[in-house]
Amino acid sequence: MEDILNMTALELGSAIKRGEISSPEAVARVFDAIETKDKAINAYITLNRDQALERAAVVQQKIERDELTSPLAGVPVAIKDNICTKGIKTTCASKILGDFTPPYSATVTQKLETAGMVICGKLNMDEFAMGSTNETSYYGPVKNPFDTSRVSGGSSGGAAAAVAAREAVCALGSDTGGSIRQPASYCGVTGLKPTYGAVSRYGLIAYASSLDQIGPVARDVADCAAILGIICGHDPADSTSLDISHPDYTAVLDGGVRGMKIGLPRECFEAGLDSDVADRVRAAADTLRGAGAVVEEVSLPLLDYVVPTYCIIASAEASSNLSCFDGIKYGMRSRNYDGLTDLYNATRSEGFGDEVKKRILLGTFVLSSGYYDAYYRRALQVKALIKNHFDAIFEKYDLIVCPTSPTTAPRLGESLSDPLKMYLSDIFTASANIAGLPGLSVPCGFDRVGLPVGMQIIGQRLGEVKVLSAGYAYQQLTSYHKTAPGGDLR
Amino acid sequence: MTWETVIGLEVHVELATKSKIFCGCSTEFGGAPNTHCCPVCAGMPGTLPVLNKKVLEYALVAGIALGCKINRYNKFDRKNYFYPDLPKAYQISQLYLPFARDGRVEYVTRSGQKKVARIREIHMEEDAGKLIHSPYGDVSYPDFNRCGVPLIEIVSEPDFRDSEEVLGYLMWLKSTFEYLGISDVRMEEGSMRADINLSVRPGGSDRFGVRTEMKNINSFKAIERAIIDESKRQIELLEAGGRVIQETRKWDDNKGRSFSMRTKENAQDYRYFPEPNIPPILISEELLRTLAERQPELAHEKRERYIREYGLSDYDAGLLTEKKALAELFERTADLCSDPKETANWMLGDMMYLMNRDSVTAEELNIDPAQFADFVIAVRNGIINRTVAKSVFEKIFASHDFNVAKYIEENNLRQIDDAGRIRRIASEVIAENPKTVAQYKSGKTKVFAFFIGQTMRRLQGKANPSLVNEIVTELLNHAD
Repeated sequence: MEDILNMTALELGSAIKRGEISSPEAVARVFDAIETKDKAINAYITLNRDQALERAAVVQQKIERDELTSPLAGVPVAIKDNICTKGIKTTCASKILGDFTPPYSATVTQKLETAGMVICGKLNMDEFAMGSTNETSYYGPVKNPFDTSRVSGGSSGGAAAAVAAREAVCALGSDTGGSIRQPASYCGVTGLKPTYGAVSRYGLIAYASSLDQIGPVARDVADCAAILGIICGHDPADSTSLDISHPDYTAVLDGGVRGMKIGLPRECFEAGLDSDVADRVRAAADTLRGAGAVVEEVSLPLLDYVVPTYCIIASAEASSNLSCFDGIKYGMRSRNYDGLTDLYNATRSEGFGDEVKKRILLGTFVLSSGYYDAYYRRALQVKALIKNHFDAIFEKYDLIVCPTSPTTAPRLGESLSDPLKMYLSDIFTASANIAGLPGLSVPCGFDRVGLPVGMQIIGQRLGEVKVLSAGYAYQQLTSYHKTAPGGDLR
Repeated sequence: MTWETVIGLEVHVELATKSKIFCGCSTEFGGAPNTHCCPVCAGMPGTLPVLNKKVLEYALVAGIALGCKINRYNKFDRKNYFYPDLPKAYQISQLYLPFARDGRVEYVTRSGQKKVARIREIHMEEDAGKLIHSPYGDVSYPDFNRCGVPLIEIVSEPDFRDSEEVLGYLMWLKSTFEYLGISDVRMEEGSMRADINLSVRPGGSDRFGVRTEMKNINSFKAIERAIIDESKRQIELLEAGGRVIQETRKWDDNKGRSFSMRTKENAQDYRYFPEPNIPPILISEELLRTLAERQPELAHEKRERYIREYGLSDYDAGLLTEKKALAELFERTADLCSDPKETANWMLGDMMYLMNRDSVTAEELNIDPAQFADFVIAVRNGIINRTVAKSVFEKIFASHDFNVAKYIEENNLRQIDDAGRIRRIASEVIAENPKTVAQYKSGKTKVFAFFIGQTMRRLQGKANPSLVNEIVTELLNHAD
């Protein structure tokens, strides 16, 4: 049998179902891989070995008794460390939550467990999901498995790198401005940010509540669809989760792209875009054309406003969301303080990293009286405009295709010295968050030095079926998503 | 120079829903610290608020009763500030779109004057927890039980001129919310709290002076004292050539004065912004109509009806309607005995006396209206006389299970209307007290009461009093 680490989640799930391998064996194999590989990658913050093996044994029995019907039952999964897992440390890659063990599980965590998936560990990320390179983590940067001198991307860098390095079969990440898609693109894996409200956020430690969305990171589109099928749905504990019935995403994958109208925004191919990235994405668009899609240039005139709008809204919400980390109830409390105000100051000064502090300060500023109208209110207005533009495009087109990121993975240390460049790396992804749209990143080739390039497919609100179908069709015609680091095509 | 005081009120009222505004925890008052909380109201990271529909309903009921325009499109906002009793470090409130605006309340002051207060807005919000300060050292412990208890904040226009008006308005709110059943309105438990915005200006001026905001006032008495004290403080300051500064002050009821908490310069910037976790709430015309139709008769409406239909005085009607429990007892009893006047008399006389004596609140009253009605009928029909009635009423007051008819029979309390028997007893009394008879004859008519009393006593107080009176008068006048 093929090494299970090279299998997709669905392949592994059916191997388990067929009795070719047991869930505990699969879980043990993942921990072996972590042991040999993670020193170089640093994708995990917390490992859940003993509990995972115990859980896998229970799941295995249920599978044998036919009590678990999910195609992913028994499959190991890893979870980004900002998603609460009852009884397992959840740090947000921050010092301030270094010892935080949530007393409850996120809705998505419960859903994965109900489906019989086994949680192996918690994945590294940018601190509180703030960053695009995974270098803001208190637990050190995640290295790109294709070149460990380069970043994994972020903020779900641990998720993308672990899946790419074959030390996780699949993972959950979160995406506020591109945090699933951009690292997926850098690490050559597939990542989906669902429509805002498609997946419950209950238990996701918030960065920017109106933009955050949990989604899958996996080897291919079919796995993403299967995981989405497990985690989606209305949650009474999240008022922003949509009360709709979701289709069976796995069953409708092979709809193909024949006759689909795809828009290619010309602004995305202008200045700042790496020429290799441009070439690969255009080539990918041609592949879709070859499969029967109609690909045309469209215009996204508000593209330049996406990053500023995102920065203002996200930092404003973050400044409020992160206020609860005050040293009173949970997490770290400074040992050196004099009085209440100083307790707050000392705890937050010591507990948060620089990037987080920067965004809290920015957010506090844009919400402060006298500036609210000029920044936050205006950002909300631009957000509405951007939404309208997308609505107009989707009246004529089924999908938008563009690069996931303007470049491939930069070297470690390069970006933090030039934060504006780092913020601009979200330019193609953040608009999907602002407009609440589903966005998928699929590997579409390699640049001149062998680093993965990602193509982003954006659909209309709740247009997951078309997005996934297009991605699936593309992966039926290509093998970039099967290329493991080191260049081995499995 | 004469000064005019101008007062506006911000009144916080806890809504009496069973569970909290954004989670399923109990809202019950008391309870060991941190026993009525969950990850949501304790502000655990990753948790999300879900609006309790009952809270919205109760809030709308209040808005309708206060004559407000209801905003059909509702949103919540975050008010950000750090304090250990606020676990999320923000309070979910409504700044930009309060659910109710532009209301109007007509109330009556203690001295009977009719007044109007305009309501600027009412908004929903969540309560914070509280800090328990250790008596043993410089330590405080947060108690999150109250976190997420639903509140409405009622903001009035500056329409009050003295403490009597303020109290009249607050009493109106208190009785209205009690009637609506949407709040316990207990100031001492903090389920109703008022902040006072007060300024003074020269009489006749139409411009407002600089105002202060007074917090931490826990009783009607304290409100009255705080208003009087703050007006005086501001007037003295101005008369001495000083200036009032805009600030928040804290009332200390033990010291009988207030202290500056913070001035406008170091006022907090709450950085309000729309709460992203709660989508806008749309209120249907149908819901508003249903709630308006369901609104019970309120205290002031009952008061007017009692005057109109039962011929009660304004004062008596006011007393009977101030508390919902009293009005209910009155109406049910009066209905059963068809004698509202007599029912009112017993309630306002003996019942109020007994409530006072035994410290029984209106809510604790345990009188069975059916027995009360039987009692009123028994008195009216002369089955028992008033002397006996007073003791019987005490029994009714004491126990819900008391049976009037049975008690009268078993204890042989029926009024004695037998003139012959009364005459026999009265004659005995007169015969045994010749000296007193002589006093009476010599014009000392005050001793008449002695003969009445003695006769009554020998008849165990059960005799028909007018018959006793008649017979004793006759016998004395004919005695030698």
